[in-house]
Amino acid sequence: MDLKLKVWRQKNSKEKGKIVNYDAKGVSPDMSFLEMLDVVNEELIVKGDDPIAFEHDCREGICGSCNIMINGEAHGPLPGVTTCQLHMRSFKDGDTIYLEPWRAKAFPVIKDLVVDRSAFDRVIQSGGFVSINTGGAPDANALPIPKKDADVAMDAATCIGCGACVASCKNASAMLFVSAKVSHLALLPQGQVEKKERVKNMVNAMDKEGFGNCTNQYECEAACPKDIKRDFIRVLNKEFILS
Amino acid sequence: MSLDSKIPSGPLEKKWDDYKSHIKLVNPANKRKYTIIVIGTGLAGGSASATLAELGYNVKTFCFQDSPRRAHSIAAQGGINAAKNYQNDGDSVYRLFYDTIKGGDFRAREANVYRLAQVSANIIDQCVAQGVPFAREYGGHLDNRSFGGAQVSRTFYAKGQTGQQLLLGAYSSLSRQIGLGNVKMYPRTEMVDLVVIDGHAKGVIIRDLVTGKISVHAGDAVVLASGGYGNVFYLSTNAKGSNVTATFRAYKKGAFFANPCYTQIHPTCIPVSGDHQSKLTLMSESLRNDGRIWVPKKQGDTRNPADIPESERDYYLERKYPSYGNLCPRDIASRSAKEVCDAGFGVGPGGQGVYLDFSSAIQRLGEHTIAERYGNLFQMYEQITGENPYKVPMRIYPAVHYTMGGLWVDYNLMSNLPGLFVIGEANFSDHGANRLGASALMQGLADGYFVLPYTIGNYLAEVGFGKTPSVDHAEFKKAETDVNEQTNKLLSIKGKRTVDSFHKELGKLMWNNCGMARDEKSLKEALTKIPQIREEFWKNVNVPGSGTELNQSLEKAGRVADFLEFGELLCLDALTREESCGGHFRTEHQMEDGEAKRDDNKFCHATAWEWKGSGTKPVEHREHLEFENIKLATRSYK
Repeated sequence: MDLKLKVWRQKNSKEKGKIVNYDAKGVSPDMSFLEMLDVVNEELIVKGDDPIAFEHDCREGICGSCNIMINGEAHGPLPGVTTCQLHMRSFKDGDTIYLEPWRAKAFPVIKDLVVDRSAFDRVIQSGGFVSINTGGAPDANALPIPKKDADVAMDAATCIGCGACVASCKNASAMLFVSAKVSHLALLPQGQVEKKERVKNMVNAMDKEGFGNCTNQYECEAACPKDIKRDFIRVLNKEFILS
Repeated sequence: MSLDSKIPSGPLEKKWDDYKSHIKLVNPANKRKYTIIVIGTGLAGGSASATLAELGYNVKTFCFQDSPRRAHSIAAQGGINAAKNYQNDGDSVYRLFYDTIKGGDFRAREANVYRLAQVSANIIDQCVAQGVPFAREYGGHLDNRSFGGAQVSRTFYAKGQTGQQLLLGAYSSLSRQIGLGNVKMYPRTEMVDLVVIDGHAKGVIIRDLVTGKISVHAGDAVVLASGGYGNVFYLSTNAKGSNVTATFRAYKKGAFFANPCYTQIHPTCIPVSGDHQSKLTLMSESLRNDGRIWVPKKQGDTRNPADIPESERDYYLERKYPSYGNLCPRDIASRSAKEVCDAGFGVGPGGQGVYLDFSSAIQRLGEHTIAERYGNLFQMYEQITGENPYKVPMRIYPAVHYTMGGLWVDYNLMSNLPGLFVIGEANFSDHGANRLGASALMQGLADGYFVLPYTIGNYLAEVGFGKTPSVDHAEFKKAETDVNEQTNKLLSIKGKRTVDSFHKELGKLMWNNCGMARDEKSLKEALTKIPQIREEFWKNVNVPGSGTELNQSLEKAGRVADFLEFGELLCLDALTREESCGGHFRTEHQMEDGEAKRDDNKFCHATAWEWKGSGTKPVEHREHLEFENIKLATRSYK
């Protein structure tokens, strides 16, 4: 199939960007979205143009590197799917596709579709962990955890930190991301000791980075490629009030 | 030069404890006077950085991704082994040790593997304490499952995301240390050279991937945790950014590269769909617990799998290996799949696939249980292929997955270059010629949390503090100049072919001539052709853009330049090893029934190669492997 691409090109964080048109011809439905971009880039290089910069690594839907707004939707049209796992069979011949970077003050554009998501790392560094040193941990089965709790903690821990929740929120709120980590640890006995400090520190760090607030429209949940549930935002709010 | 493995004396089960009791220690107040450089933030590099910082050392850590959380360990799905014997099914440290040695086809070092089995239990304790949400039984205790190459259930898992959860555990420990200021983290950077002063590794040259700026960093020791080199085949299950550069450039600075021909082909990947393919997707090996592998008994049978009756299906693994069946080790499962496909029994487009069928498991356990165990994998499969594996069997084919070779290290995990430590997949030591499932995560974390923090202290105490060289030292300047020259050269060629086109050409050659099966002819052919591709690369590659911006083509070009030299070393190693063992299958060396034929008289050693300059044959060194506790036996899974 033949497609028209409208791609956000921006040389670096200082210069202005703009949409540039490209043709993607002879696209196979078996290609992943990123493979389609690979093919376009190969042609651009041969023509002497600068290839489109985009972020990716594992291409298995788990590392969280890939991030493209596709026709205004983070990771494209399918629910529960990352950009790298989106295949061209989801599009039809003749389609026009808009490709843009994540848009958020806290995620400045580095080049084209690549943005800086280090704000997420700093939020985790403020307290998204259990303070345990290596060695001397008690036997793992000395701390039984009800399966139900472990399963819910696991659902929260599934977050891959891609930032789709921020990109799809009109306030660029990071509440889903932060709530996932807070919930994961708050649901487990290991996370109890630092529970109050953790949530306060993480919420402060989140505000400091310039992420907005939640207005309960749940675009984040709709965009999340790992189906992180909005219920965790409720847990975050509860933990924050209790702290 | 002799290779001294520095294995401590004494009985196997006491070596590590005795060693730990007698090594030199660094006084806590002096630890902050040392700087340690760590390359990579996967399970090995992340856990090592966190632990070394906890101990009080200054740590500088580098990764090429935008965040340390994205290292490729995150993609591992199935699980992590540990000799906990929670299931009371007869597991023990010795049995995990034995399975690992046997699984590696008796080409690993006994003392290292025993230590790995010993510390495996601590890893689970550590991760649970961090809050890693492992799967649980209803009683609240940890759940286990079995994995390829083992007859006990010793694998701990977190849905199909074990690598992710373990990496996030290490990342959270690392983040804590970054927050405390004990680790200085440099994301979006790559190591482009190692600096060796007076024979000791004393620093690295780093390229900032966003600005192109080259910086020099001096330290008292360098730790390489940069993963494996599977991307030399272009198509593999490795992340696109995974590369050989850090280890290969250390090799060029004098570190020996051991056993590069040991590459693991993973049996359960989604088959290739076309020329556009950029990478292969692995379906967790844990699927083999409940999935049954088969092909039609009739060649070229294109019927819908549901229409093929039981009597016309060949469950070839269950037939050939009745006691292990679908859980036989990866090399055996992969080769068997290739054999049936080569013989014309393969399924799917191009006939390069076999069925992995869950219908009997779904009948026995219900769809709900299967969804609980493998739900996300089934989803992923459907997304990629457009087929629903609850209704039709999956199609799988082997793909390059893991590399057992790597830089040579001694018992301390130190390379032959003092001060250069190599951990995780980047070293060669623990898996021999094949890696068992759920053992890569185990080794990464064992090295980073529990082994290196001891052994590096021993080295640092010997060297003493206050010896960190100045970055003005001539060796730093020279390395920096070399790096800049290479960048300028790559940008100035302005040829006609893209970097990827060279990588694909090399990859195809490697897969065809040095893949699942190799022989003298195919290897000699590859050794003739690789220098030709390399020559063309340096004349005709087109790297657009400049060296002072985010330039993904330039990043790739440097890595592909290294693969083009490394591929030759891999083939040379495969040609030299005139036997079949584990992931290295030489068709000249097989039993009558097609099983791998090892030659213990001539090849019971690790081969470590020493760089002698471009275009010059590297020098071969051998470390003879002593088996004092295990009798070398023909590996049988029948």
